[in-house]
Amino acid sequence: MIIKILGSGCRKCSTLTENTEKALASLGLTAEVVKVTDFAQIAAHGVMSTPALAIDDKVVSVGKVLTAAEVERVLKS
Amino acid sequence: MEVFKWLNDQLLRMDWLAWLVGRLVEDVFGLDMAGRSGASVHFFIYDVIKIFILLAVLIFSISWVQSHFPPERTRRILGGMQGFSGKLAGALLGTITPFCSCSSIPLFIGFTSSGLPLGVTFAFLISSPLVDLASVILLASIFNWTIAIAYVLVGLVLAVLGGMLIGKAKMERYVESFVMHSPVLDVPQDQLGMRDRFQFSCAQVSDIFRRVWLYVLIGVGIGAAIHNWIPVEWTESLLGQNHWWSVPLATLIGVPMYADIFGTLPIAEALVAKGVGLGTALAFMMAVTALSLPSLIMLKKVVKAPLLALFFGIITFGIVLIGYLFNAYAYLFV
Repeated sequence: MIIKILGSGCRKCSTLTENTEKALASLGLTAEVVKVTDFAQIAAHGVMSTPALAIDDKVVSVGKVLTAAEVERVLKS
Repeated sequence: MEVFKWLNDQLLRMDWLAWLVGRLVEDVFGLDMAGRSGASVHFFIYDVIKIFILLAVLIFSISWVQSHFPPERTRRILGGMQGFSGKLAGALLGTITPFCSCSSIPLFIGFTSSGLPLGVTFAFLISSPLVDLASVILLASIFNWTIAIAYVLVGLVLAVLGGMLIGKAKMERYVESFVMHSPVLDVPQDQLGMRDRFQFSCAQVSDIFRRVWLYVLIGVGIGAAIHNWIPVEWTESLLGQNHWWSVPLATLIGVPMYADIFGTLPIAEALVAKGVGLGTALAFMMAVTALSLPSLIMLKKVVKAPLLALFFGIITFGIVLIGYLFNAYAYLFV
């Protein structure tokens, strides 16, 4: 599983990254967490508001810093 | 009218704060308000506190409005709009969307790839950093309501005209091809409750606060210095009203700089107090907030040189024109 954090490298993006890692740890999952900061690549996912979260190239959340609990919910579904 | 004036003086201009800081400077610090040091210290403390209070209140309320217009919704509203009404809607929506030019690139890509006409997108891109509700109320607080409203109207006209010109120029081929081929993603919109909007607005306030506090301190610092230490003759000989070059010069100085409008206002305020024309000060402010090297470098990644040059040219020309207009008709506003 590859999880992408899409965003231009703002503070919100790092918070989202931390929360994602917490969620993965508490679910006992391993995944590759990649930060995507390049506009062209962010746009290639169709994302307009950052930070956004994509699991295996499917965008699941835009423009929001999800909490660890919210990321867990997304990961489970 | 009396009531309105009192509310304006106390809530917007915060005369009570000016008085309080005056007491602090004279009685606690023992400085003379009529002297240079006293006046500088007063300007600095009063302006910093005033801007921070206004910033917190304004960003909170504007974020509340904004939470109703996420970019996805803005795009849907603008979709299918053409011609003048499309540009006007773009310019108007630009006033209630993000403060930061860093978020405008993903927006540009998202709008363009979904097939919005370039003119509409650029009307939005021009008005978004230039005119926002927070800056309007700050302008009203520092200058007065007539100036604030004139500023908004002129900013909107610039955005609509700029959008129409760019639309007419048929510049589509100068947009990088990946922009056109980006997928359009329609994530289902979350239903937001009062609680969510409240949290969103609080988060915005703390976020923007963290981003701009340094700019505000620097801006007010420069303002205080101009206000009390730089001789009037200097500012007048460089940027005085009677020189034809003052407006273009102020624009030229402002373009490469980037600061938030909150940091630029105190500088404009001090310049006006020092005999610089209102138009010149506004031109400087608009140049700093609307155009900057970092945002141009970012835009360069999504559009090619001719379109970038046209965008840059239209805004620079517009700013200079606005500067001259406000200088010529300043007597109507003050």
